[in-house]
Amino acid sequence: MYQYDQYDQAMVDARVEEFRDQVRRRLAGDINDDQFKPLRLKNGLYLQLHAYMLRVAIPYGTFNSRQMRKLAHIARTYDRGYGHFTTRQNIQYNWIKLEEAPDILAELASVEMHAIQTSGESIRNISADQYAGAAADEICDPRPWAELIRQATTFHPEFSYLPRKFKIAVISAAEDRAALRWHDCALRIVRNEAGEEGFEVYAGGGMGRTPFIAYKIRDFLPAAQIFSYLQAILRVWNLHARRDNIHKQRMKILVHELGEEEFRRQVEEEFQTFLALGTDFPQAEYDRIAAYFTPPPFEAGLSDDIDRSDPDFALWVDRQVVAHKAPGYAIANISLKPVGGIPGDISAEQMELVADLAERYSFDEIRATHAQNLVLPHVRKADLYALWQALDAAGLANVNLDLVTDIIACPGLDYCTLANARSIPVAQKIAERFANMERQLDIGELKIKISGCINACGHHHAGQIGILGVDRKGTENYQLLLGGSGAEDTSQAKITGPGFDEAGIVDAVERTVERYRELREPGERFLDTYRRVGLDPFKEAIYG
Amino acid sequence: MRILTGNDLKSGAVIWWTGRDWSLHVEDAADVGEHGEAVLAAEDGARRVNGGYIVDAEQTAEGPRPAHIKDRIRALGPTVRPDLTLKPADPTAGDWVI
Ligand code: HEM
Ligand code: SF4
Repeated sequence: MYQYDQYDQAMVDARVEEFRDQVRRRLAGDINDDQFKPLRLKNGLYLQLHAYMLRVAIPYGTFNSRQMRKLAHIARTYDRGYGHFTTRQNIQYNWIKLEEAPDILAELASVEMHAIQTSGESIRNISADQYAGAAADEICDPRPWAELIRQATTFHPEFSYLPRKFKIAVISAAEDRAALRWHDCALRIVRNEAGEEGFEVYAGGGMGRTPFIAYKIRDFLPAAQIFSYLQAILRVWNLHARRDNIHKQRMKILVHELGEEEFRRQVEEEFQTFLALGTDFPQAEYDRIAAYFTPPPFEAGLSDDIDRSDPDFALWVDRQVVAHKAPGYAIANISLKPVGGIPGDISAEQMELVADLAERYSFDEIRATHAQNLVLPHVRKADLYALWQALDAAGLANVNLDLVTDIIACPGLDYCTLANARSIPVAQKIAERFANMERQLDIGELKIKISGCINACGHHHAGQIGILGVDRKGTENYQLLLGGSGAEDTSQAKITGPGFDEAGIVDAVERTVERYRELREPGERFLDTYRRVGLDPFKEAIYG
Repeated sequence: MRILTGNDLKSGAVIWWTGRDWSLHVEDAADVGEHGEAVLAAEDGARRVNGGYIVDAEQTAEGPRPAHIKDRIRALGPTVRPDLTLKPADPTAGDWVI
């Protein structure tokens, strides 16, 4: 994984000291909150419902055990013993004290981490496939490109005062595990007929109050020209963006208003200008960065056999373990969705255990996923049983990847100032309702995603079943949406009809699932059945 | 009645105006009537509160109860983690906000 060089470290360290001084001035009353707010947001510090909240970036979701132990230490020392993994490969702490925030950032800097660009109108933490560098189905490791873009855009003047936040994802497999087209700009590495690597480029996606799925604006961009192209996209947006209305500033609105064709035309025009300026990276720079992502020293000649005599272990293997590119290795998914738990929450002790296991079994690598789970990307098949036993002892061997209880849920009204309704209790009640393992396996892949307001942090637009919390005359109310996808078959979920109260929404989900079981044909997932039969049969089941 | 809330500048903790000072407990909140804005301006200036605002509430036997669920959750803590609330010993405390 990428390691800071002296410049990176000096920049991050300097930033910590700058923020320390800003906090000191705020506490001394030299600056007021209006002046301080943009400064703290530049360092990922929000003021939330109960306290300050700190969002820490995990670039492209990759981190190591030293970093994970530091995250555990922060949880224990400065917070209340836990952290919360989000849908954009960040971790959040909910109970931060302003006076201690600079110390936390200093602790993070000591392990090459920071909270820069986890908030505000910036290029946010770049997300990637959590299986990058390990997946059997990828063309190459997408992370060197993500890292290159991260380095080129962080602190770049043109990208420091964007009209609004800007989210980028990079993948290199046909299976989309990063909700690609729900990003402002998305890159999928492909090969052209000559076998050269380049990008399929998408632009203008995003959720929130006005959801759009990104358009493909380029079939093939030579990889070496990526920075010119990205600058062109951002330049067109920067030039035209509505800055008069916060709800219309995201790039997706511009792409939509200009139209796909016109947006593409303008980007291509700017692209020529940037190409002529020669601001793209030299190959040596790519090579320098790519060297940090060389595959770990996989052993040759390992057996692919797994002893499945323990049925609980076999169940876990079937659901949580996926194919690795190296023979004898596997990718192990760790669920942070125990039934009745809070999706994405993890205790300091569990973080430390995962750190130990990564060190022992996964070449010291850990990944955070957009579905609020964790991954150990490089586990020898022969070690899976021991890994599973250790996870099981810590309550981390839940079997539910992509099943009905693997629910994405934003913090909702339990933690978030913007929320209209609570999300977590709804997730908990649905998971409890469907806790039975046989029933979950019978239902098969079913991705439920819950947000506590229209901002869509819980990805409800991409939920096969989506749930949106709304305020109905001062009480919590929940709308049910169907048919969304954040995978390679991206689609936007549709609202079914009037909303429900908390108990009602759980029943409505169950009626939806039961109707699917009546209607499905052999081998069909929920989403396939929905696409075949449409909304009406489900509406009828839900509303009678 | 109208009560005042905000977050303590240093710790971020949710606090309520008692008429003289700030308390962690909504039970201590004082009715500020028409004076909310003035108190907030003074307290903001004195750096004792961050993001202060006025909340409609009703007086009950247990003390002031904010009209909006959001402020009741702020007064208690997350309903999904009784151990992190101001009433950790009472697992049913979350019912108070509904
Ligand atoms: C608690 C503090 C949080 C605040 C104040 C917050 C605020 C927001 C806002 C205002 C938006 C809408 C942006 C727009 O459409 O322009 C948004 C979108 C989003 N947030 Fe959050 N959020 C918070 C926490 C989270 C968490 C915990 C997650 C993940 C679990 C998350 C993931 C997202 C995602 C994926 C989107 C959709 C972005 C898009 O439209 O592309 N956020 N958030
Ligand atoms: S969707 Fe709304 S309620 Fe949920 S975290 Fe985002 S802003 Fe808060």
